[in-house]
Amino acid sequence: MEHLRPVGSGASPDDDSSDAPPDLADLLRRAGRADEVAFARLYDATAARAYGLALRVVRDPAQAEEVTQEAFLEIWRTASRFDPGRGSALSWLLMITHRTAVDRVRSAEASTRRDTTYHHQHQPVDHDVTAEAAQASLEARRVRSAMAALTEVQREAVGLAYLGGYTHTEVATMLDLPVGTAKTRIRDGLIRLRDALGVGS
Amino acid sequence: MTEIHALSGAYAVDALDDLERVAFERHLAECADCRAEVAGLREAATLLAETTANEPPAALRDRVLAGIATVRPLPPETPVPRPRHRRVRLLVAAAAAVVLVGAGAVAWQQPWADETSQQQPPTAQSVLDAADALSTSLDFPGGASATVTHSDSVGRAVIVTSKMPPPPQGKVYQLWLDQPGEGMVSAGVMPVKEDQTVLLSGDAATATGAGITVEPAGGSTAPTTDPIALFDFGRSDA
Repeated sequence: MEHLRPVGSGASPDDDSSDAPPDLADLLRRAGRADEVAFARLYDATAARAYGLALRVVRDPAQAEEVTQEAFLEIWRTASRFDPGRGSALSWLLMITHRTAVDRVRSAEASTRRDTTYHHQHQPVDHDVTAEAAQASLEARRVRSAMAALTEVQREAVGLAYLGGYTHTEVATMLDLPVGTAKTRIRDGLIRLRDALGVGS
Repeated sequence: MTEIHALSGAYAVDALDDLERVAFERHLAECADCRAEVAGLREAATLLAETTANEPPAALRDRVLAGIATVRPLPPETPVPRPRHRRVRLLVAAAAAVVLVGAGAVAWQQPWADETSQQQPPTAQSVLDAADALSTSLDFPGGASATVTHSDSVGRAVIVTSKMPPPPQGKVYQLWLDQPGEGMVSAGVMPVKEDQTVLLSGDAATATGAGITVEPAGGSTAPTTDPIALFDFGRSDA
């Protein structure tokens, strides 16, 4: 019966340590027990990355907000299914966000995006407020230099797939690669990125 | 490295089409190496989001936090053997007992009810409610699940799906019954819906199992792709 204790009191243990970066896995675990305070802290700690990713994929700010909202509701709903043995909380949370964004662009697959985005992809993402904000982050700088160590084809393939939301078949066409080789470039690029950043296995 | 392993990177960044994704998730369930690789590649991809971080409008926070108040978190997954067979007879019997106790008086006022129901063509519900109903469930990585229930007395089978990803553009999910001596016989094409209950056509009392494949729109007369799911009716004693 101990699980019937009031939920609100559960939020107290580490409220005082607010300058330390929050333990996302712990916040997620508590969110899975319907702890709204923990979920709000999780949102605050990750919303910029989730929204920025959604914006990068769907491009339209209003749609990016919808995608982010939908993703966070799904994260709340399925928080108890997060398995820390299979990856980090951030990775899980951004996976849901990314899938939601990709679903959005693929189902709205229709016309305009397909026609215009290839050009957008090949322009620097200059006018974004993103750039300055992200520059500030040390982690972002580390990731950028790791990306620079990829071959050009790997870098473009990974970027179009993850940040562009394109399938490997579409990426192959965009990069004039034989169908079937883009998936290899994506995998090779991610492996190099993983090793350079020292994450995962 | 087999062909399917090479999809790990594209899978980690959601760059597979639906058909490949279903096939790869099926493979993932059986391949610990690929699960580990996908986890690592996903961590790497996740870090790319550091380079695109962007503060959302404050109003979004309010909408999200207002939104969660209306959404019930799922319970944790409890371990289940996969695939699993489950006799539903006991549950049905218990439910029937409750109905008898609670509504016994109504039963004799409708002596025709039994007769009419026997003349109805079999429905999904009649299979699910049958005393000899036997279910086999498959959980797919990613949260989708499918349960096939067959009843030898009704002679039909039913599939209940949850959170099924849509088939690829121009494709359909087709159902099959494995008939001894005939192989896979079409049991119909599934409508495109995440959650649904579909009555399979064909004689489930003779079939030894059921399967799902991805086929061109309109369906095929025989499977043209490897099944994405197979359900054994547990007739190994036969």
